[in-house]
Amino acid sequence: MADILSVESLTMRFGGLLAVDSLSFAVRAGEITAVIGPNGAGKTTVFNCITGFYRPTSGRLALTHAGGDGFELQTIPGHNIARRARVARTFQNIRLFAGMTALENLMVAQHNRLMPNVASGLLAVFGLGGYRPIQHAAIEKAKLWLDAIGLMARADDPAGALPYGAQRRLEIARAMCIDPVLLCLDEPAAGLNPRESEELSDLLLRIRGGQVGGGCSILLIEHDMGVVMRISDHVVVLDHGEKISDGTPAEVRNDPHVIAAYLGEGDEDEGHEASAA
Amino acid sequence: MSGTALRSPAARALRDAFLSALVALGIFGVMVGLRTDPGARSLVLSWHPVPVAVAVAIVFFGRLALSGWRIARPAGTAAPRRLAEGMTHAGRYVAPVFLILALTLPLYAGRYYLDLGILVLTYVMLGWGLNIVVGLAGLLDLGYVAFYAVGAYTFAIAATTFGLGFWTCLPLAGLFAAIFGVLLGFPVLRLRGDYLAIVTLAFGEIVRVVILNWVSLTGGPNGISGIPRPTLFGLTFLADGGPGSFADYFGIEPNITQRVIFLFYVILAMALLTNWVSLRLRRLPLGRAWEALREDEVACRSLGINVTVTKLTAFSIGATFGGFAGAFFATRQAFISPESFTFIESAIVLAIVVLGGLGSQLGVALAALVMIGGSEMLRGIIILGVDLVEYRMLLFGIALVVVMVLRPRGLVSGRTPSVSLGRPREISAELVAEGRG
Repeated sequence: MADILSVESLTMRFGGLLAVDSLSFAVRAGEITAVIGPNGAGKTTVFNCITGFYRPTSGRLALTHAGGDGFELQTIPGHNIARRARVARTFQNIRLFAGMTALENLMVAQHNRLMPNVASGLLAVFGLGGYRPIQHAAIEKAKLWLDAIGLMARADDPAGALPYGAQRRLEIARAMCIDPVLLCLDEPAAGLNPRESEELSDLLLRIRGGQVGGGCSILLIEHDMGVVMRISDHVVVLDHGEKISDGTPAEVRNDPHVIAAYLGEGDEDEGHEASAA
Repeated sequence: MSGTALRSPAARALRDAFLSALVALGIFGVMVGLRTDPGARSLVLSWHPVPVAVAVAIVFFGRLALSGWRIARPAGTAAPRRLAEGMTHAGRYVAPVFLILALTLPLYAGRYYLDLGILVLTYVMLGWGLNIVVGLAGLLDLGYVAFYAVGAYTFAIAATTFGLGFWTCLPLAGLFAAIFGVLLGFPVLRLRGDYLAIVTLAFGEIVRVVILNWVSLTGGPNGISGIPRPTLFGLTFLADGGPGSFADYFGIEPNITQRVIFLFYVILAMALLTNWVSLRLRRLPLGRAWEALREDEVACRSLGINVTVTKLTAFSIGATFGGFAGAFFATRQAFISPESFTFIESAIVLAIVVLGGLGSQLGVALAALVMIGGSEMLRGIIILGVDLVEYRMLLFGIALVVVMVLRPRGLVSGRTPSVSLGRPREISAELVAEGRG
């Protein structure tokens, strides 16, 4: 399968702190790739580089659409990563528009289709420019996603009043409303109970398979190993800004470097001592 | 700490009221008690203890009553919330009633009330214009008066130099104000909250100072006079009638009230246009993007919304309506000078928007009516030998404090969804972000 995103020697430095140190990995099209690692390993920094919130110190982020269009994400200004390169993201701390309804949240996500430029936005004030059919299509799409995340009954409730798990799902639906080719999820299962995690896993598998929406590759940061092992096709493990392992969930689980990183560096030294003795 | 905790609530309330009265004495003693009267050769300072005593007594007993009320019912938040719901329900009926009252005002009101109505409607329009920037997009703009000034001077200069009429210049005034909106918008796009407020404040002052000093174009402190009045399809409203005038065409007695009525309907139509456009924009992607920007700018960017363009449209559309209002102000006064465009105007318009409730069209109209109309009604009311209109700003401040204590999100808070599948339900103000610029 072709790579949709190829990260090549990505480096991000904040003053004296080296957050990501020449990291390279690939996200294959149509797969779920998980990025895991202990706290402070640089996972969210990698996400912020991919989605244009940080400009990497060096390195290359090459995104390739199915049609063959290529994008160098490190050179594209913030909003165009979502708009042109079609990379969507969610946030570690949910960032919904709390005072707007679930439906409105999904409508805002379709802003660029509803209003391709300012002139068309202003023409719509006077009922010109064929706004109505576009709006109708956008509402239908929002309904499709509300149905997919089981929030149809709460479409007109403010997003801030929804239960935590529903907010997580709504944020994913909102990201999907921009028709992304790559969906980046920053700890989507954080704070969910086991049943909600299960539902989330199902939703992500359906998104990957294209049963809901147009199908899309997923890059995910997650601490919940149950979710990661169940749904990922490919796992990348980071520690201290460097990649320490890369492979299928089964491979990564048995990698001694990964076990060392998660259980503490001491093990390896003890191992050496044991063999020396 | 433990000492105050041990004291009884009554003693604490008394002590609290006494301290409040002391602060009131400090403030009112100087502001109300001391007055300068013209003497034989110079101003003479006179001392008026009675109004001071009354003011201090009001504060003392008011504070005592407030403490008593708090002791009696500790769950003090229930009442304002019920009030909020009531206000929202009433809103559906209040707006049409006000519209009908405004439309029929010339039928039963005299010249004085019509002039007052024009003044109030000008501020309603300014409030609605600023509401786009502050209420919807959440960008704190302290220099809104700059666009008002640009609109007024654009019309005044175009009319006196090129002899253009009001209706030709109106779009021009809006366009110039919009250009200034973009000019202001560009440098301040990176700023948020307090910083944005400071820069917009400076922008307002810069525009005023430029007008004051560019004498060859604006007449400097002398202003511009002889600005033409608006016409109705070419019919003038001159006091002495004459050929081509409204009175002449319809064969009625020329009367200055006809012009006032005409001006009243012009500003009413302009204000309603502002209202219509903002209500319409709110339901369209552009307005929804403004509100999303107010809620969370980072999330907007992650959804591919061009934050720069969205902010600029808010600034320029808000400015356009400021410019329209400015052009109307110029044609109504027939004379403008930089004195009409000081910071206090920006502050009053912002106070109207905040008092009314950010984003609420009805709230802004009510606030403008109370603040502009109400303070004008104080004229001539004399209590204890004090003309209340002199204490306009003091009452203004008290009203602001009272509203902000009782209803921190403005008279009409809450938000109606811009799109809904079922019947739209009001969103409570607690969930709605105010925007950090």
